Amino acid sequence: MKTKQVPDSKGHFGPFGGRYVPETLIEALDQLTQAYLEIRKSPQFKKEVATYFSSYIGRPTPLYLAKNLTRHYGRARIYLKREDLCHTGAHKINNTIAQALLAVHLGKKRVVAETGAGQHGVASATAARVFNLKCRVYMGEEDIRRQALNVYKMKILGAEVCPVSSGSKTLKDATNEAIRDWVTNVTDTHYLLGSVVGPHPYPMIVRDFQSVIGRETKRQILKAEGRLPHALVACVGGGSNSIGFFHDFLAERVKIIGVEAAGKGLSTGLHAATLEKGRPGVLHGMKSLVLQDDAGQVQIAHSVSAGLDYPSVGPEHAWLKQTGRVEYVSAQDDEAIRAFHLVTRLEGIMPAIESAHALAFLARFMPRTKPDEIVAVCLSGRGDKDIDIIREWDSK
Amino acid sequence: MSPRAGQTFQKKLEKKIKQNNKIFCAFLTLGYKSLSQTKSLIRLLNTLGTDVVELGIPFSDPLADGPVIQASSEYALKKGIRPQDAFGLVKKLRQEGVGVPIIFFSYFNPILRMGISNTVRKLKDAGFDGVLCPDLPPDEGETLEQELVRNGLCPIHLIAPTTSRERMKKILAMSRGFIYYVSRRGVTGVRESLDEELAEKVKQIKRFTSLPVLVGFGVSGPSQVREINRTADGVIVGSAIIEAIQTCTSGALRRFLERMIEPCRNKGKKDKS
Repeated sequence: MKTKQVPDSKGHFGPFGGRYVPETLIEALDQLTQAYLEIRKSPQFKKEVATYFSSYIGRPTPLYLAKNLTRHYGRARIYLKREDLCHTGAHKINNTIAQALLAVHLGKKRVVAETGAGQHGVASATAARVFNLKCRVYMGEEDIRRQALNVYKMKILGAEVCPVSSGSKTLKDATNEAIRDWVTNVTDTHYLLGSVVGPHPYPMIVRDFQSVIGRETKRQILKAEGRLPHALVACVGGGSNSIGFFHDFLAERVKIIGVEAAGKGLSTGLHAATLEKGRPGVLHGMKSLVLQDDAGQVQIAHSVSAGLDYPSVGPEHAWLKQTGRVEYVSAQDDEAIRAFHLVTRLEGIMPAIESAHALAFLARFMPRTKPDEIVAVCLSGRGDKDIDIIREWDSK
Repeated sequence: MSPRAGQTFQKKLEKKIKQNNKIFCAFLTLGYKSLSQTKSLIRLLNTLGTDVVELGIPFSDPLADGPVIQASSEYALKKGIRPQDAFGLVKKLRQEGVGVPIIFFSYFNPILRMGISNTVRKLKDAGFDGVLCPDLPPDEGETLEQELVRNGLCPIHLIAPTTSRERMKKILAMSRGFIYYVSRRGVTGVRESLDEELAEKVKQIKRFTSLPVLVGFGVSGPSQVREINRTADGVIVGSAIIEAIQTCTSGALRRFLERMIEPCRNKGKKDKS
């Protein structure tokens, strides 16, 4: 598959992607695209990013052979890509550090970001400190209530957390509000988007910055095993850790599986399985698959994991599904919670509930693998942020 | 593009301008606060001599709108208003003889969901005059554009303070009816002052087009209407009207609309022709 060709110059991944934004933003998106295309070739920028990745984020993150988990299933060897060991506890920081550096090169003094669970908000607030940028984070009132710890972290980091009370008061509305802020302050502000969503060039930029995950994995697995894995598994909300993990393997003979959140079940309507249940639509400046009703109103996604709770998905995922290159499946809330406990008990690693969705799929997938095969899972974040949710679930 | 596209609508506007009037365009949210109120408001606007009505279709994620229009949109959605309701409503008004040009103002997703050609056919059948999608820049809008033109409806486009001159020319070439100049960076909503570069930008656009240039986003009172009308061909008023619907008695709402329209009317000046 020719992965180098997407997106095209207008940001299209097949029929998906593009730019569906108010006219006021076109100029800023053009500038951002041009600046990015130039700067990504610059050896100095690459070096700067690499330095922050290693000395600030702690990259490369380890690729860990999970022997106990492997023994538990008794099939293929399972490796975990430890993005949970990144500074701030998840892969999100890869993108915020690189994008904040890009914002500095663009001469911007201020960044705005959206956040659902607060992970991207914390990662944005952190990156803003590194580069002395003003930072405002939009967060739905409902999420603020659910994620009080991250809200406080952002405040300590000097970010201004703006509650969003419109619509469903969650990530999707926080994203609208961040775009509204950007459209108003476009001259001095960079929109630090947290996933591979939104108008071109964001799905491309965020993918490129996150693809360090897959590049490292490839190098590490070749060193450890002398061959590529048979399968890759990662969770998909907006889709940034998964695209980052998958990207370097798209042209290889490797089975690739993305796991969405099935919430309380695909038949209940309470899920976030956009790739399975969504229909083509336009949201947040992109054409992709969208959970929506027959009148084209966007529906609210449901998942125990706030980070997967998004009613659309990155346009490149929609494209990878359409071409059949990546297989998309889903795991329910209860399956994810079980996987959280399993991996915690067996490996002493508490995964984020998001990442636990990828791990949950192993219960169904591992019996289909052979002992001489290799499965690599992206453990996108650590789970201490989710302890309250786990405790609440367990006491039910 | 066919020269016939939206000819009647465009001619109506041009005639008004020739008679030394300015264009007054009023925005309403469909179904705010009910479908029957929207209907009677359009009748009222027609009676008061409004030149264009923009009928805003409620959408779950109105990212170009400020708090006032967002709230009206949410209110209408909660009442179960659907984009399709616009068709029957306008058809009924046309049957009554309400002639004011009406623009279908909708985010792109509802149109995509209903199907582009299906939507355009229904708009034409209902008696709409044009379509404006605030989140569909011309770069992605080709299919809708062609369908509109083939059916004699006007594609209306936005030009923003940040639009480059090259891009502006491209947008002008694709536009029919009028040009919607976004008075400032940001979302819709009432503002106290106008952007300093406004007059300059409007003049620049008018150098490249014979289409009427209307200014919207943040027009709140008669004094702003007067100020904008010094350079532009007219104004678009949205949030201020929605606010008035929310807070005023029907008498006060009517007086507010009259005060906003009044600076757009020719007061005894001779025709340009």
